[in-house]
Amino acid sequence: MGQQTALYQKHIDAGAKMVDFAGWDMPINYGSQIEEHQQVRTHAGVFDVSHMTVVDISGDDATKYLQNLLANDVAKLDSPGRALYSAMLNYEGGVVDDLIVYRMQSGYRLVVNCATRKKDLIWMAKQSSGFSVAIEERPRLAILAVHGPEAIALTCSVLSKEQAQAVAELGNFRGVELDEWFIARTGYTGEKGLEVILPEDQAPALWDKLMQAGAKPVGLGARDTLRLEAGMNLYGHDMDENVSPLAANMDLSIAWEPEERDFIGREAITIHRKLQADGALPELTGLVLESRGVLREGLRVVTDRGEGVITSGSFSPTLKHSIALARIPVNSRTCQVELRGELTPVRIVKPNFVRFGKKVFE
Amino acid sequence: MSKFPDNVKYASSHEWIRVDDDGIGTVGISDHAQDALGDIVFVELPEPGTIVNARDEVAVVESVKAASDIYSPVSGEIIEVNDALLDAPETVNNTPYDDGWFYKIELSEEGELDELMDAEAYAEHCDDD
Repeated sequence: MGQQTALYQKHIDAGAKMVDFAGWDMPINYGSQIEEHQQVRTHAGVFDVSHMTVVDISGDDATKYLQNLLANDVAKLDSPGRALYSAMLNYEGGVVDDLIVYRMQSGYRLVVNCATRKKDLIWMAKQSSGFSVAIEERPRLAILAVHGPEAIALTCSVLSKEQAQAVAELGNFRGVELDEWFIARTGYTGEKGLEVILPEDQAPALWDKLMQAGAKPVGLGARDTLRLEAGMNLYGHDMDENVSPLAANMDLSIAWEPEERDFIGREAITIHRKLQADGALPELTGLVLESRGVLREGLRVVTDRGEGVITSGSFSPTLKHSIALARIPVNSRTCQVELRGELTPVRIVKPNFVRFGKKVFE
Repeated sequence: MSKFPDNVKYASSHEWIRVDDDGIGTVGISDHAQDALGDIVFVELPEPGTIVNARDEVAVVESVKAASDIYSPVSGEIIEVNDALLDAPETVNNTPYDDGWFYKIELSEEGELDELMDAEAYAEHCDDD
C-alpha cells in the first residue's frame, strides 16, 4: 500500500479505481475517465492533487536564491499572490522539474511534481549554499483543484464570505492567502478554476461541500487528457533532465532579461538558443490524427526533415479524435506516425488543442 | 466488482463466447477486460466472411489507456460483425455481454469450447491476473 492523501477515504466512498502514482494511492477514475473529462469542460470537477509537493522558501535571500534556481524570474512577482510557471534547470540546460512559484505574504511557495520530489529537494538544498534561505516542505497541506466553467462560482458558494469575495476578484495566475488557506487561479486543464492549498485536516470537509454544491470528482486519467488538450507538458514525458526547455515548448517561461541575471543552466540554454536559431534544435509540437486510431507516447514519427517521437498522446474526448505532443525536427511540413506498424499521415499543429471547451488550432 | 455471467465461456485472453442453439457463437470481451482497459474509444472489427483459427488476432480495441488485440476464442467463419460499435465504442464498456458483442462466428471445431473456462474458473483466473 502506498501513501494516502487526506482524501483517500473520500475517493473510496466515491467509487474510485485507485492506482499507484509515484508511491501514492491515487484515483485514476471514478467510473469513466471520459465523463470526468467532459464534466470539467462543461461544468466543474474536483481533483485531489495533494500528492504534489509544496515547498515554502523564506529568508533574506529568498528572491536571490530563486532568481538563481529558476529559469523564469521571480522578480516578475511584484505583489503577494502572483504566480509564475518556471523550469528548474541543471547546468547542462536540461529540465530538473517544472513548477509553479507563488509569491506569498512572506517568501515564496513552490509546487513541484510528486514523482520528482526527492531529487528536487536534494537539488534545491544543494543550490542553497551561500544563500540565507529556509526551505521547508509542507507535507501536511492538501491541494484541491476545482476546474471548469462553473468552478469559480461553485467554489465561492462554499467558501467563507471573506474568502469568496477575495476569490471573485482574482485575476488569472493570482492567488490570495486567507486564514491558513491559499487559493489561486492556477491549474492544469485549460479551463478556468482554482487551486486550494489548505491544512489537510480541513480538506475532507471542503471536498464534501464541493460535492454537495454539484461538483464531481475527477481522477488522474482525465487530468492527463485535459492537460494534453490544453497543450501543457507533463514532466518525465514531454521533457526531462536531458531535454532543453527550448525543445519542450517552454521558451516563454524563460526570462532572458535582465541579461545580468545568471541562473542555473543559462549558459547551456544560450547555446541551445543559437542551435534553435540555426534550425538545429528539435521542437515540441502538436500532432492531430483525424482518422481512427490513437497516438501513443513513444511512437516513432517520420517527417520530411527527419525523425521524431511522440512524447504524450491520447484520445481527445473533446475533439473525438487523437492528439499528441511530439518532438520533431523544426520546419517539418509533412508528418507520419508509425501506428501499429503502418506509417499513418498526421497533421502538425501548434501544441494547444482546446481552451475553455473549444478547439483552438486550425 | 466485475460480472462473470455463467451462460458464456471465457478465454484466458479475456474474450467470451456464447453459443446459441443454432450453433452460432457470439463473441465479445469480458466485463473484467473492459474495466481494465478503461473508456474504449475505437473498435476495429474483422470482415464478415473471414476464416479464423482459435487464438488468431481478429479485432482491436483502443481505450484511453492502450490498444489491445482481441483473439478469437474458437475457429470458424465470421458471419456478422457489430457495426454499431464503430460509432458507439462505449457500448463495450456499458454492456460488454449484450449490445457490446463484437462478432458472430460459425464454429468449425465445436470441441474447442471444452478448452475454454466457465465463469468460476475465469473469475479465479482474473483474480490471479
